[in-house]
Amino acid sequence: MLEKALYGDKKYWAWVIFLLVLIGVGSVFYIMQLVKGLTVTGMSRDVSWGFYIAQFTYMVGVAASAVMLVLPFYFHDVKKFENLVILGEFMAIAAVIVCLGFIVVDLGQPQRLFNVVLHPTPNSILFWDMIVLNGYLLLNIVVGWTNLHAEYKRLPHPSWIKPVAYLSIVWAFSIHTVTAFLYQGLPGRHYWLTAIMAARFLASAFCSGPAILIILALIVKKVAKYDPGKEAIQTLAKIIVYAMIANVFFFLLEVFTAFYSGIPGHQHPMIYLFSGMHGANALVGWMWLMSLCGIASLVILIPPRFRNHSELLVIGLVLLVAATWIDKGLGLVVGGFIPNPFEAITEYGPTGPELMISVMVYATGLLVLTVLWKVAIAVKKETGRA
Amino acid sequence: MDNKRRTFLKFAGVAAALGAGGSVPLTLRAAYAPEQEQYKQDRDALTATRWGMVIDMRKFTSEEDFERCIEACHSVHNVPDQQLPKQKQKVMWIWTDHYEHAFPSSHNPYLAERVEHKDFLLLCNQCDNPPCVRVCPTKATFQREDGIVQMDFHRCIGCRYCMAGCPYGSRSFNFCDPAPYVQEKNADFPTRMRGVVEKCNFCVERLEEGLQPACVEAAPEGGMFFGDLDDPNSEVRRVLRENFSIRRKVELGTNPCVFYIV
Repeated sequence: MLEKALYGDKKYWAWVIFLLVLIGVGSVFYIMQLVKGLTVTGMSRDVSWGFYIAQFTYMVGVAASAVMLVLPFYFHDVKKFENLVILGEFMAIAAVIVCLGFIVVDLGQPQRLFNVVLHPTPNSILFWDMIVLNGYLLLNIVVGWTNLHAEYKRLPHPSWIKPVAYLSIVWAFSIHTVTAFLYQGLPGRHYWLTAIMAARFLASAFCSGPAILIILALIVKKVAKYDPGKEAIQTLAKIIVYAMIANVFFFLLEVFTAFYSGIPGHQHPMIYLFSGMHGANALVGWMWLMSLCGIASLVILIPPRFRNHSELLVIGLVLLVAATWIDKGLGLVVGGFIPNPFEAITEYGPTGPELMISVMVYATGLLVLTVLWKVAIAVKKETGRA
Repeated sequence: MDNKRRTFLKFAGVAAALGAGGSVPLTLRAAYAPEQEQYKQDRDALTATRWGMVIDMRKFTSEEDFERCIEACHSVHNVPDQQLPKQKQKVMWIWTDHYEHAFPSSHNPYLAERVEHKDFLLLCNQCDNPPCVRVCPTKATFQREDGIVQMDFHRCIGCRYCMAGCPYGSRSFNFCDPAPYVQEKNADFPTRMRGVVEKCNFCVERLEEGLQPACVEAAPEGGMFFGDLDDPNSEVRRVLRENFSIRRKVELGTNPCVFYIV
């Protein structure tokens, strides 16, 4: 079935080669990082995690979001997701690969990676994150590939796959909960030390991931003439809106707790992020841009009249992805480190090599996604399901 | 025919995956198994059930008093000097900062002048309930039976989770190879490679030889005490009994074992 990825038109190959070039160029910078160490990044003693871990966090959400299709399709038998669910499952695979990639490039001693397996440490949340992420990767490969293969052979989906799909539903929640636990269990990092972190992570995941899925699916509809179904997209858009409302609501809860309680430790990261502190204001513009994008996306996506308009929908979703990405892929990780444990400020900005290495990881994910979607769409078309 | 070859390939693939996943780590484990070796302690070694430190800030009167402690520690532990290319990526085992930074949760705008402008000697608190040990995914950071939180530089994967976990900013990461920035290497202590985290180790290697920690030795007379907090007759306990002492960020439940007399 995989051989379907080997037959494509010129545009397909141009895209694949473009991604390979990006991976190649990024690899040069990664080799440089391997030789010189993480000193080539903008990270520091005070901001010891940066762009890589932030992207990891964002992409865990994107991976988890497949459940917004898997749950209705397998559990509630929502048939209209038939052509979209395989795209969701395969996107989850690519997203988890991106997550693992960002973890690896962030390590100071990547060749010792397997120490996590050799010396299993259940008291470390990172150990559990390794388990849930790899488990989720495996579950999506098994469920997605098995069902597609059954369709390819013109057979019904095997019955044993249902319980596995149900397991993947629970598992999806676990990956983002555990990822939130990485942060919310640390004493002395005020911006992260909050019980609603996991809920906020899930809410942001369940709007941003499906939004990316719809945007990509609409691109595929144009370039590959594969229609996931108008109704499916509209239903998913509805799910996205509710998740985004919850996401914004949870964030406002944080703002209330910090500022009504008046506790300085809780306020400082937010003050730094939104108005700057002691002249340090690297993220202020970004955070207000996030707020604008977030509000604008809700204005566009809440009224059904706008949401069901296909071009407005895309604009709303792009704004939503921008808002959630700035929140989680930029502000969240850095905000946890500023101010530092001495209430002093060391700012952070990714360096050129850091961004190029990130491009390498994202391009790898896109390549995996391209190949998997190519296979899925070819099979769906061949069997007359699309 | 085709089907047979396909089945064979499937099995071969599974077998290869199992081989790669299962047997390689097993051989690695067999080759390097320090946990199975029994360690015998030196007869002269200083021992305790809970090591602790008291710093009497009243005895530190000049800049040089601090410098001597920092120099003693950093030279014996091959800590790269401050000539590192990026200052924000520097490595520190022991350093100084003002009261408001050392004790941010108990800052007071009308602090006694002698405290307000004074530097405090800061180092790893060797917490009794250490968050860094809790979060480390490989046990590269671990707590010894005598309470000391130690690092295995050879096991650390450099994920820096411990740095996020430490609420005292006591940990440093080797962003680059530190060796070129160590002026005079002490051959008795390992130099680190790039990509691992490090911090104060309460001089475990000196305790082994019956010596007090380097900073304690270099401190002004009566400025630093080091001993067993579990022993009511130890000197640290006597000093703590006779003086009012404070610790950094006790509200976090880490139970720091470094005490300050102000």
